[in-house]
Parts: sequence; structure tokens; C-alpha cells
Amino acid sequence: MFDAEMFMFWLIASLTGLCAIATVITQNIVRSATWLLFTLAGTSSIFFLLGADFVGAIQLLIYVGGTMVLVVFGVMLTAQGPFVNMRTSGAEWAISIVAGLMLLGVLCFGLTSFQNLPTGEALAKAKDAHTKQRKANDPKTSTHASTIGQALSGVGYGPIYKRMPPLPPTKDAKGNLVTLPGVPRETERIHYLLPFEIVSVHLLVVLIGAAYLARAKRRRGGKA
Amino acid sequence: MLERLSDFWSLNATYVLAIIAANLLIGFMLVHAIFSVWLERKVAGRIQDRLGPTRVGGKFGWLQTLADGMKLLVKEDSIPASADQFLFRLGPYIVLLGSFLAFIALPFGDGVIARDMNIGLFFMLAIMSSEVFGIILIGYGSGSKWSLFGGMREAAQMISYEIPMALCVLVPVVVAGSMNLSEVAKSQSGIWNWYIFHDPFTFCAFWTYFTCAMASCKRAPFDLAEAESELVAGFHTEYSGFRWLVIFMAEYGSMFAVSGIAVIMFLGGWSLGLPFELTDFFGTTLGLGFFGVVVGNVINVTVFIVKGWFLVFVMMWVRWTLPRLRIDQVMMMCLKYLIPIGCVLLAGVSVWVLFVPIILQQIVGWLLFILSLAGLGYMGFQLRTWVSAPPGAGMPGMWRMEGLPGYQGATKSV
Repeated sequence: MFDAEMFMFWLIASLTGLCAIATVITQNIVRSATWLLFTLAGTSSIFFLLGADFVGAIQLLIYVGGTMVLVVFGVMLTAQGPFVNMRTSGAEWAISIVAGLMLLGVLCFGLTSFQNLPTGEALAKAKDAHTKQRKANDPKTSTHASTIGQALSGVGYGPIYKRMPPLPPTKDAKGNLVTLPGVPRETERIHYLLPFEIVSVHLLVVLIGAAYLARAKRRRGGKA
Repeated sequence: MLERLSDFWSLNATYVLAIIAANLLIGFMLVHAIFSVWLERKVAGRIQDRLGPTRVGGKFGWLQTLADGMKLLVKEDSIPASADQFLFRLGPYIVLLGSFLAFIALPFGDGVIARDMNIGLFFMLAIMSSEVFGIILIGYGSGSKWSLFGGMREAAQMISYEIPMALCVLVPVVVAGSMNLSEVAKSQSGIWNWYIFHDPFTFCAFWTYFTCAMASCKRAPFDLAEAESELVAGFHTEYSGFRWLVIFMAEYGSMFAVSGIAVIMFLGGWSLGLPFELTDFFGTTLGLGFFGVVVGNVINVTVFIVKGWFLVFVMMWVRWTLPRLRIDQVMMMCLKYLIPIGCVLLAGVSVWVLFVPIILQQIVGWLLFILSLAGLGYMGFQLRTWVSAPPGAGMPGMWRMEGLPGYQGATKSV
């Protein structure tokens, strides 16, 4: 049976993969950035295919804008230098291949160690539930975007407290047996504040680096 | 065979419908481009005291665009020797894609939408910002300094103007409490409930948004990216034939897209201004069922397109009336004026919705509505006197010339 959704997924995924390879092996910096744009747009279309509109649109807005700034910087900073065509040395190839293989290994490990993949009837049920969720496009019932937003701002998602099981009966000062209630304690609420902040600091580092590169280049080129 | 067909349908109905919707949208974009180019030439002609196209297609030269299109199709498609061939060929299609994909989330009527998203507004803004990338590629890939300058100006301008545009669009979002374009449109039933009349902040946000929208469509007075007087033709200097056609189809498409956002967020969407939804009225109240919904939606879509075209017409009107700014003035206007205005409007509307008593909100809303109607009436009156005035009579905005030698004066005072 011809399933269009699977077909679309494999089409988009393979095109995205091809564009990613082209990003790496293209020597011209602007063309490479263009392939990067296609890779990121492909990722966002996978998000759209899975019904995650918000994440897809965020991906488009942030990464397309980011790539655009990259191109503007690439053109402005390297238009006359030797950077337009990047020659990669053998050592750089070796390092990047090692790093890439390590990342691939981590990803494969993550995929295979995830045991609870539904199969058979459970898979069909999960798919059905997913379709229903997608059709319920009412912002009041669908909480995806707000959930993610709350988690990113550190509010957390999930039950606030989990009661501990009651403690075993103990003797108080007078020697009577008493049963103390379980102490409420914080559970592992899901929130992404720390990773979010780390990513933003990382972006700041990149920004400072770009500014440093631009200034250093101008100083070397004389008082222009 | 039939079973297989129905199986196929039940599995892939979404995709078949998607293909139909995409074709309808492409068709609309083409018709819109053809109509708007003709309208632009007519409007430009009238504003410059000419007739515009008159011959092709009998009356009003209404087939002029088709003739233009045919000319462009058979024109030589030249690529400069110094151009980056791949990027040069690719650029126009990215621009067109950015413009076309925005239409996916644009509702034309009650349920007449390709994909009804929670965050339709955000999606449209995000996808229209990717249009700039194509223009940068065009500018860089052409291998010409005019194109590169145009592309860079466009990049700076678009990235800057996205900020006030998004801020202004958030103002009605605060009032409506939703980013779903269909919901926002449905929550404004009755002309007095349109968000432009909701409070002073939304009223100002409409004009600020429209200014930013014009700038983001690179229309005059903000068309620095293609300033003929300095950059030959800016980013599309090296283009001819079909690719040039594609660039302009995208430009007219995004003009309608930003006007569509303005219509939905501020001007009641597809509503005729009546306090009930037409599809409900025909379908449920009159009991016509599905047929009634279709009739209602035909009216809705017509109203929406006419409203959108009216805003597109205003863009043309402004383009042919105002002189072009300088690039530093364009950037100053955005960074020094529009962004602070946008911030103030957003903060103001939040305070308004939260703290101002409902009765005051309603009084101010009605006052705005009545004042706007009065203003429109005054403008109409002025226009009428202007049209019927004898030659030499004082027109609105005309220089007073009494006392100048050779001035013959009005024969009749109006």
C-alpha cells in the first residue's frame, strides 16, 4: 500500500541528507551556506510533516535568518581574501571525519538504546492518537507550544510534588508509636532553562568571535 | 479497482487535497500578479496625468499584462559571464517560494485555508523572512556591483523592518488572544468590532504595520534595493526574461500576503462588516446546509480579495506619490522611530486590555469608529470637490498662487 506520509518523510529526509553532504564538500563559502539553508529548511519541513508547526516555524525563522547573516558576513568579510574558496588540508579532513564518526556513534547508540519503541498494534494505536491530536487544532486543547514555552522559561511541566511513601512508625519522646506523614518533595519536573541559557551564552561567544575576526581583519589590512 | 481507489483516498486524502490547494493558490498568485501589474500601470498613469495602457484587449488595456508576459517569456535569458551560475539560477525560485508558502496559512474565508495553524501569523512572518535570502543570492550571484549593493541594502532593510512589523502585528494578537489567523478574523464580527477601531493603540498599530509592510515589500518610498537612479535596477540588474518575471511575481505575491495579514489582523478579515458569519447565516439560519456554506464562502472570499486588493492599491498610490528616501533615512526611520513606536504600542495595548475598565474601552472604541467614518466622509467630500472643480480652482494640497504674475484665478469658487 502506498503511504504518502512515509513517502514524504523519506523524500524530505534523503534530500536533507544530500544537502547536508553538499554543505560539507562544497568549497565556495556562499554556495556552502546555501546548501546549509536547504538542510535547515528540510529539517523544518520534517517538523511540519510531524505536525509540530511551532518548532518548524521557529526553525525557519531562526536558522534561515542565521544563515542569512552568515552569508552577509561571509560575503562582506571574505570577498577579497582567500576565503571565498576554502581549501581544506588533510589534517582538517582527518579531524572532521573523527568528530563526525563520534557524533554518528553517539546518535546510533541513542537510537538503539531506546527500547520502548511501539510495534504492531501499539504502533497503530499511537499513530491514530497522533492523527487525532493533529486534527484537534484548537489552541485551547493543544498545549504543545505553551508547554514548550513554559519549559523553556523554567516554569516546568509535570506534577509539582510527589508524596513520599509514609515513613515507618517511630517512637516519639514519650515512647508512643506514631506514623509520620510522607514528606512532600520536589519531583523531576521537566524544564529546559539551563540548556536554554547555555545555548544563548554559546551564541554570545560566537557573536564576540565574529566581531573579533572582523576587527582583526580590518586592522591587518591597513587604516581603511 | 474501486476498493483500491477508496483505500487510496482514505490513506492519502490530505495529500490530494494539499495538491489541489497548492494549485488553487498558485492560480490565485498568477491572476493576482496579472491584475496588479495592470492596476499598477493604470494607477501610475493616472497619478502622472497619463492614461496608462489603453489598447491591448479592447477597453482599458486590460490584457496589457498578458502581452508583457508573453514578451518576457520569449526574451533571451542571459546570464553574465562573471555570475555564479548556480546561485544566479536558484535565487528567483527561492524568492518565489518564500512568497508562495506564506499563502498556505492565509485564510481566504471561513475554513478556506490550506493549513489552519495555531501559529499561522508567526508562520507567515517566518516564511516571508526567508524571501530575503533569495534576494541576497540574486545580488551576490549576479557578479555585478549594482546587484551586490542592492542585495546588501535589501538584507539590511528587511532584517531591520521585520522587528517593528512583528511588534505591530502582536498588538491585535494581544487583543484577540490568539495567533490563529482564522480565529482572529472570526473574533471581529461587525464593522465596529474590527481591531483597527478597538483602541488607540491598535489604530496606530495598523498604520505603523502598513508602513513596515511596504518597506518589507521593498516598495517606494522604500525601494532602495532597486533604486533606478543610483543602482541601475538594483538586485535584478542582470536579470531578463523568465527569471525576472518570477522575481516580480514574488514581489506582487508578497504584497498581497502582507495586505492579507493587515486585513485579517485589523480590518475584520473576510467579514463584510455584518455582526454574523455569512456561512453560519446561509448554512444554519436559512437552513441551506452545505450549499449555504459554499454561497457564504464565495461572498467571503470575494470580500477578502477585494479588501486585499484595496490595500495593494494604497501601496501603489503611495509608491507613485512619494519620492524615494535615502538609505540612511530608511534605516533611521526604522531603528529610531518605528521600533520605539512598536514597543510603546505593544506595552500600551497590554495595559489597555488589562487595566482600563470595559465601559471606557467600549466608549473609546465607538468614538474611534465614528471619528474614522467622519474622516472618511470628509476625504470623500474633498475628493468630490476636487474632481468637480474648474481648472485653476484651489484644490486640496495645491499651492496658493494668488498674487503671482500670470495667475488667472478661479472662475468659480467652490
